[in-house]
Amino acid sequence: MTLLDAVLFLPLIGFLLLLLIPKNNPGLSRMAALVISLVIFVISLGLASAFSGSAPDGFAFVHDSEWISSPPIRYHVGIDGLSLWLVLLTTLLTPISVLASWKHIDHRVKEFFAFLILLEFGLIGVFVSLDLFLFYVFWEVGLVPMYFLIGIWGHERRIYAAVKFFIYTFAGSVLMLAAIIFLYDRTGTFDYSQIQSQLQSGRLALSSQAEMLLFLAFFIAFAIKVPLFPLHTWLPDAHVEAPTAGSIMLASVMLKMGTYGLVRFCLPLFPNAAHRSAHWVMALAVIGILYGALVALVQPNMKKLVAYSSVSHLGFVVLGVFSFTQQGLDGAVYQMLSHGISTGALFLLVGYLYERRHSLEISAYGGVVTPAPNLAIVFLIATLASIGLPMLNNFVGEYLVLQGASYASFPATVFAAVGVILSACYMLWLYQRTFYGKASESLSHHMPDLSGREWAAILPLLLLMLWMGSYTQTFMPAISAQNARILDQSKLRLAQSPPSPSAVREVANAR
Amino acid sequence: MPANLFPTGVEYFRILPEIILTLAGVLVMFMEAVFTNDDQRKIFGPFSVVALLAALAASLSASGDPGAAFSNMLIIDGFASFFRALVIAIGVIAILSSTEYLRREKSAGGEYYALILFSIVGQCVMVTANELIMIFIGLEISSISSYVLAGYLRDDPRNNESALKYFLLGSFATAFLLYGVAWVYGLTGSTNLDHIRSALQTSTPPLALAGAAAALMFVGFGFKISAAPFQIWAPDVYQGAPAPVSGFLSVGPKAAAFAILLRVFMTAFGPIASRWEPIVWACALASMVVGNFAAIQQSNIKRMLAYSSIAHAGYILVAVTADSTTGSAAAMFYLAAYAFTNLGAFAVVTYFSRKGERYVSIDDFAGLSQRQPAMAAMLTIFLLSLIGVPLTAGFFGKFYIFKAALDGNLFWLTVLGLLNSAVAAYYYLRVLVVMYFKDPGDAVENLDAPGIGLKIAVYASALGTLVLGIFPGWVLDIATRAALK
Repeated sequence: MTLLDAVLFLPLIGFLLLLLIPKNNPGLSRMAALVISLVIFVISLGLASAFSGSAPDGFAFVHDSEWISSPPIRYHVGIDGLSLWLVLLTTLLTPISVLASWKHIDHRVKEFFAFLILLEFGLIGVFVSLDLFLFYVFWEVGLVPMYFLIGIWGHERRIYAAVKFFIYTFAGSVLMLAAIIFLYDRTGTFDYSQIQSQLQSGRLALSSQAEMLLFLAFFIAFAIKVPLFPLHTWLPDAHVEAPTAGSIMLASVMLKMGTYGLVRFCLPLFPNAAHRSAHWVMALAVIGILYGALVALVQPNMKKLVAYSSVSHLGFVVLGVFSFTQQGLDGAVYQMLSHGISTGALFLLVGYLYERRHSLEISAYGGVVTPAPNLAIVFLIATLASIGLPMLNNFVGEYLVLQGASYASFPATVFAAVGVILSACYMLWLYQRTFYGKASESLSHHMPDLSGREWAAILPLLLLMLWMGSYTQTFMPAISAQNARILDQSKLRLAQSPPSPSAVREVANAR
Repeated sequence: MPANLFPTGVEYFRILPEIILTLAGVLVMFMEAVFTNDDQRKIFGPFSVVALLAALAASLSASGDPGAAFSNMLIIDGFASFFRALVIAIGVIAILSSTEYLRREKSAGGEYYALILFSIVGQCVMVTANELIMIFIGLEISSISSYVLAGYLRDDPRNNESALKYFLLGSFATAFLLYGVAWVYGLTGSTNLDHIRSALQTSTPPLALAGAAAALMFVGFGFKISAAPFQIWAPDVYQGAPAPVSGFLSVGPKAAAFAILLRVFMTAFGPIASRWEPIVWACALASMVVGNFAAIQQSNIKRMLAYSSIAHAGYILVAVTADSTTGSAAAMFYLAAYAFTNLGAFAVVTYFSRKGERYVSIDDFAGLSQRQPAMAAMLTIFLLSLIGVPLTAGFFGKFYIFKAALDGNLFWLTVLGLLNSAVAAYYYLRVLVVMYFKDPGDAVENLDAPGIGLKIAVYASALGTLVLGIFPGWVLDIATRAALK
């Protein structure tokens, strides 16, 4: 029993506890969900201790014991610099989602919070599994609560969005299952490290055709989740229809399952296929960046705008991953975390606006700054972070991705950089239309400023935006060390890129 | 004249479950005649359950001493014991979920229980048979009881239609089977599966004709397992029959039919595997496609589950196509997983349909989660298992089957099968949508709490579904040890 086991299974226990709470006591359910998720967050902070100073070589908090004897499926979990921050992101955003739903969710309260905590279980499981089979199990487990969160507590077209979300992800993942079984047939194990060592020692030799097919099976499952253009169509629907907490968890954590999978599995396990696919994957990523940004520009619906901005931002992550450079990969992982923080904050704030005015249409707002100045300031900070203003978190990731990508393909970098400019356009325009101008009479009456609960939910995210933007040293060493390992192991490092300069120094120089 | 004309004690011991069940069935018929008031008649259900549990115990103890019985007519090996225990367990859950239904329909007669017991006797004979004639006898015992069960509520025209269709098409299919048996006998001079195998190995009989005989028999089996293109009857019969009977038909006779399909094709027709594998391959794919795509269109939940059972037969046929020990074990695991899942699903449907089965449309389930959250949660577990979501039995069932298929280099069948299971997610999700995302309609208002028997049936099935989904190891171990080599 390690600390990681506790962090993984406490949400499951919390879920069962929540089920025991009587149905007619919504206050207790809310409080219990908050306490449970906060306790999990505090405990999960202990995980970071293993990575303070120098990161351990490989995985920490490993627990490897048998689950099913034949075929040998193991409960094998552990974290490294890549998964640590994603786990912490999950445990941080769960209590924030609970706070975000405090008033907004007023029917079937107990079920809502139970599903939210169950979702946390599935998400943490995805990031810590070191057995391909276990990974697949958690991958699917996360799907079910999210389906219910969207379907029961969503907006108008929630049913369509929930079913589309489920089918899309499920269809992608069955192919991944086929690939996992195929790998097992060739290696006799589901264990990530063992498959990797068999690949390196040459005991597992895949023909280039087989490697490509396996790569594609994994890649499509992940690309749907990311979502990479043109597999993104479920995302705007799911985001717009989901309740605030659902949008936050979906955008901030669930999309990272896809990019995490790319870094964790596609690159190390199928390096040659990944290399051969890099040109078209990068092309799709750049198309996604520009397409997402352009579509966001014309959205009349706030949530849809933020959703399309996610398509654009996640394009950067994929671009960075497939540049096969230290900077690109570091930037991609950093961007995963940054996007989780800043987009989570944006969805939270859009949720605040919705709770006040019950509309997601941008045209229903205007002049909000007058009745609610604090809300306006906070929204501005999140907007600037999302645009990639230096000193705020997104800048670091985007810059490193662009730098890394420039070694791989300069034209792609140029087009991607245009996406950064476009992001300033659509976000600032959104801000201008929503907060400036003259407030209508009816709006002023229904626009109280931030309450204590709302401050409590948004403040941690604001602090993190500043922290991640100004002191990357806290986060980057663990990420960098792990990325260097992935690049070395898969022998993918791009020849012409400088030999592993410290990413942190690069950022310092850039300023 | 064979030397062992008089069976020995151990042979009787090996068929003790069948003896117990036959006697219990006959006894129920007697009691039916003697008991006149309703209080006395309440004993039928518990009595049948006790008889089935006794038979289960007898079957488990007989499995400790495997061997043949009655001049090799029957064989009690691990494979037979696994399926015998499975069909008896299916009987227990089927009866538990029926008692309330029968009382509701004012038809709590003893013959219902007797028919279920006889049907299970037939299935036990099928799974232990080592002989084409015994297979035929078992199949007929099981089928004839099932025909009657399908039309049990004789005043209900839906029941009549169901029974008549089942009977006519079933007899037709049995004729094919019998014709195939006659061919095999003509070609090999034996009806014993081992003799047929050794005769085919020497390849003196023309193998093309043997392949044709296998195809004829496959028609008969294909009907019983409702594999496409022999599936036409299933939706009408499942929709028309009483809900608990539909649940029973979708798992009991099906499991037994798969058992004999596996045994006949893997032992007797093992030497001509290259001839029948393409046929089974095509039928597997056809069943998955027909079942899943037709199920999408359905608005009646019983009919939807009928098409889903066709699709699931397709998945299991994938394992049969693999024609290997792992394939056989995967099919066994899947049938056990599917039995719990589908029985549970039909038990909830039985509970929900109310008197006269007025509420069997999927839309009637609107808002069920708010009136009966426990029952809705259980149905959710069953549906997730049918989809194949991890931590449920259905997931590991599919996983083992497609693993066996990849082991057998059935690459395309695996990919197509997995994509099919994604299609299937759509129509199962529709029930969840209605239960959870829609507001309660008229149908779920005034819904009484479920009775005790039905509750046990549902919770036991859910427990089985989850245990097989979280700790599949022990059942798979048993299945692997018992699988046909």
